[in-house]
Amino acid sequence: MSNTLLSVAGLGKRFGGFTALNDVDLDVAEGERLGLIGPNGSGKSTLVNCLCGTLRNDMGKVTFGGHALNGMAAHRRTRLGMARSFQLPRPFTTLTLAENIRVPILYAANVKTGGHAVDPRERCDALLDMVGLLPKADLKPADLTQIEMRKLELARAMASDPRLLIADEAMAGLSNQEVDEILALLLKLNGQGVTIIMIEHIMRAVLAFSQRLVVLVAGRKIADGLPQDVIRQPDVVAAYLGS
Amino acid sequence: MRNAYFVLAALAVAVVTFAVARLIDNAYVFFAGYVVLQYVVLATAWNILGGFTGYVNFGTAAFFALGAYTTVVLHKTMPFLPLPAMMLIGGAISGLIGLGMGYLTLRLRGTFFSIATLAMAVVAQTLITNWNFVGGSRGAYIIRPSDSPIFSGDYIQYLFVVMLALSVISVSLARAIQFSRLGFGFSAIRDDEGAAEASGVPTLKLKLIATALSGGLMGMAGAPLPYYVTYLDPASGFSLSYAVNTIAMPLIGGTATWLGPVIGAILLGTLQQVATVTISSALSLLLVGVLLVTFVIAAPKGIVGWFKK
Repeated sequence: MSNTLLSVAGLGKRFGGFTALNDVDLDVAEGERLGLIGPNGSGKSTLVNCLCGTLRNDMGKVTFGGHALNGMAAHRRTRLGMARSFQLPRPFTTLTLAENIRVPILYAANVKTGGHAVDPRERCDALLDMVGLLPKADLKPADLTQIEMRKLELARAMASDPRLLIADEAMAGLSNQEVDEILALLLKLNGQGVTIIMIEHIMRAVLAFSQRLVVLVAGRKIADGLPQDVIRQPDVVAAYLGS
Repeated sequence: MRNAYFVLAALAVAVVTFAVARLIDNAYVFFAGYVVLQYVVLATAWNILGGFTGYVNFGTAAFFALGAYTTVVLHKTMPFLPLPAMMLIGGAISGLIGLGMGYLTLRLRGTFFSIATLAMAVVAQTLITNWNFVGGSRGAYIIRPSDSPIFSGDYIQYLFVVMLALSVISVSLARAIQFSRLGFGFSAIRDDEGAAEASGVPTLKLKLIATALSGGLMGMAGAPLPYYVTYLDPASGFSLSYAVNTIAMPLIGGTATWLGPVIGAILLGTLQQVATVTISSALSLLLVGVLLVTFVIAAPKGIVGWFKK
């Protein structure tokens, strides 16, 4: 494997007496496509929230691109190059699509380059064009369909010029054909050099996408390896189908 | 560049306003106009935090009265200071209080934040009521100079001009913010703080900027008050009607843009002044209530939002 981009060591998170994450170790290489699966309530979203700084991990260490992230505010992590899309799309509802994309361009991408390396307008058009929403640039998110909302969510995440994109169930609730569209989009981004962690319940998509598969069950990592091997592992099968 | 043109245009409007008021040649026009302009500043200031950033502040009266009481203190200790200097100091103090309040309360969201601001106003009023130096609950008398220090005319004309200038400054500032990077950050916070943070927006820092700016402008609006009323007591300085009016005006005009609070303040402020003279002063509060209910039902995005459709 090439350079490690993200390194998680002994990560733990508790909510009161409930242990949501327990001693999770995870390394993600630069340019890798990682699938993260697990039954509902297994801690996937908590892991994402701890990585992105929305929640604080109680134990363990997160290192990203050589920076120790512990205690760092979420917006600074985004500026370092860690972007996420939300499980339920959370667009800025009073802003147009173009303005939605503009926020991370102004506050993350342009901060990183130290000023005006890119013209916000051009970059914004390019991103909307990439997800096929350019004709709707002046509409509000309320006018979008479900899949368009997902695409906006991805475009906004990409607008911060991330090195790592965490796509949290970007395909939930979409039709087969729409799943393929998002899948193609994510593969294209990966082709441009973005490392991607995909969290997904749709196994067809996860298997088509991932180079490596990690399984979380009840806050513990129980499997990590090639997708074909992992899904045959007895404890993974047991977690999904019961023993 | 666009901002410079806007400031010039706003200045032109201000000059015309003053010229017309001089032509009418009636002191009452200046007395009534001062109050309307004061509300233009207050509503604009409130909207920077309430409209742009989405944090509803019920503590307007506190910032406003702290500015006014700063002038009372300065008038007693350094009477030689010109009024604009007192306003700057009053604004700085209210801005600092805004910053402190923001730091303590901005982790609260929605109605919890609003209740905290209301509580802060009560605390500030209690402190002032028990501070003998500024008159305590007896209130303080300030003798208004008879003539304007910079042009020939009454002192009330001078107060009017000062408030006119402050209106130009605050409206220009609000407009500049709306179209700037800061404005996009504020909107993002208003719509979804978590998503804003994930987009790289430093939400805490921006919210502190908003509370400090908003509080500072309110303090500046309050600083000339002692010279206007000549008698200031805590009950009138901290009057809840300031908070209610200041919230009602942007809601009626529209909270999304710089223009909404200006329209709301001019409309509601003028109506209140007219009603006070022609019918009764108690009616002005009823007016606010009726208009507010009407607009919440018929035009929830205010006058500006109505025309944008």
